[in-house]
Amino acid sequence: MAAKTIISRPVYGTLSPQPGKHHLFVADAEGALAIIDMAGKAPAGFFDGAEIVFIPGPDGKHIGALEALKPAQLHIAPSFASLLPRLRQTLTNAHMGLRLYLSGTEGLIGQAMQVALEAGIDHTSMQTEHRGSLARRMQCVHCKGITENVTTQPATCAHCGLLLLVRDHYSRRLAAFQGVCINAEDRSEVPPMEEVFR
Amino acid sequence: MSTGTTKLDVVVSDVAPVNDLVTRFHFRRRDGELLPTFSGGAHVVVEMRDGDRTRLNPYSLMGSPLNTSEYTISVRRDDVGRGGSLFMHRSVKPGLEMVISYPVNLFSLDLRARKHLMLAGGIGITPFMAQTAQLAGSGGNFELHYTCRTASLGTYADILQQRYDRRVKLYHDDRDERIDLDRLLSTQPLGTHLYVCGPAGMINWVRDRAAALGWPSETVHFEHFAAPQPGAPFDVALAVSGKTIRVGSQQSLLEAIEAAGVDPPYLCRGGVCGQCETNVISADGKFIHNDHWLSEEDHRSGCKIMPCVSRFEGKSLVLER
Ligand code: FES
Repeated sequence: MAAKTIISRPVYGTLSPQPGKHHLFVADAEGALAIIDMAGKAPAGFFDGAEIVFIPGPDGKHIGALEALKPAQLHIAPSFASLLPRLRQTLTNAHMGLRLYLSGTEGLIGQAMQVALEAGIDHTSMQTEHRGSLARRMQCVHCKGITENVTTQPATCAHCGLLLLVRDHYSRRLAAFQGVCINAEDRSEVPPMEEVFR
Repeated sequence: MSTGTTKLDVVVSDVAPVNDLVTRFHFRRRDGELLPTFSGGAHVVVEMRDGDRTRLNPYSLMGSPLNTSEYTISVRRDDVGRGGSLFMHRSVKPGLEMVISYPVNLFSLDLRARKHLMLAGGIGITPFMAQTAQLAGSGGNFELHYTCRTASLGTYADILQQRYDRRVKLYHDDRDERIDLDRLLSTQPLGTHLYVCGPAGMINWVRDRAAALGWPSETVHFEHFAAPQPGAPFDVALAVSGKTIRVGSQQSLLEAIEAAGVDPPYLCRGGVCGQCETNVISADGKFIHNDHWLSEEDHRSGCKIMPCVSRFEGKSLVLER
């Protein structure tokens, strides 16, 4: 899967319950399953001090299963952009001892991590688990535009239209992979587009 | 040769009593040049030539890292210790030529932190003298909590309060003032890093509470100056150098190896840095591991030892050195 030779390529783990009283989960789609699996290993009362922020996606699955964990708070959001102000607010008011758990797609993990880094949490202190789609958030290195949910290789930049090779080089600051023009020498050369990040 | 610790030829430029227990020593380079730069939390290893015995003790640099014309350390007198601090107090006078190591930092600030929360106990204040000076010089956000037995033993407490006012909080044992640790740890903003230096009991208490309250271990830093513990004398064979040596009851294994003319690596001489790690070739007896470096599994296996602080009791011991 992930190319080990490129060290900027994020490596994800498996969520595990951390000591402490305050736990903040941010998840999308199948990321809910990572929380539910972790709940099996959590000590009694763990979710009494937990807040779950969940973006279910179009099919609306897993909400009931998260409710069943009885977290102190469960907040359902339609998109990452819509929950951003709330997440910022929560992190601004938080104290040391808050533990952060991110699970789901790379786009979700990366963007939530970006906000948490700004709030002062070191990336090594966050729990992450990749679940669901491998779709990438990609920055075009030429026009700097960000294209969400990239599943093909190469991919077309949604901003400038260049055909880009989606690299494994990842920017934690931008929460995005780098896309580099694949046919800069000769635009008439169009390699076949394959769906690889499903 | 100790790894990374090239030696510096210095002269004692001043000796100043601080209180009943603590004396401060100033060193300058014999050639008049500036000393190497260091960062807050660094220590040097001071060589003490006491008759035919050489003692090597680590001490935190307490001067400002912004001033490298001299190094300053503070030594607390330990009347029942192994004699290093007594030697410093009794025999080290201005004008004495000494050899110290280059500074080594095993307790550096994490400058990505939003805030630095410092907890000092007793003579554990010394690395914070340099760290606070460093942070104050760059507008860093810090808060220092300092516990001492009595006001008169609050080494540099007055200077710190003068310099940093309300960023320094003092707690005196004789007035029953205790840090409300759980409250302190639970009210710090995200991005705070914690630093603790003091007696082992204090370090353990703070680390335990921080872990229980959800502080990630990467945000908790501690400095442990464990002096080697005395014990029964024992014999050691050194396989590579082909020597058999005796470790005296007041001597550490590392010191005995050095006295035999072998130059093993070291940095901290306190069982935390990992430099002195040595393989055990064979052993018949019991290890007394006093280090904080090896894992419990390593300790049980009996295959490794940290000679700077650990000892042995038994029939025979062969080390790789
Ligand atoms: S010298 Fe650092 S562990 Fe022995």
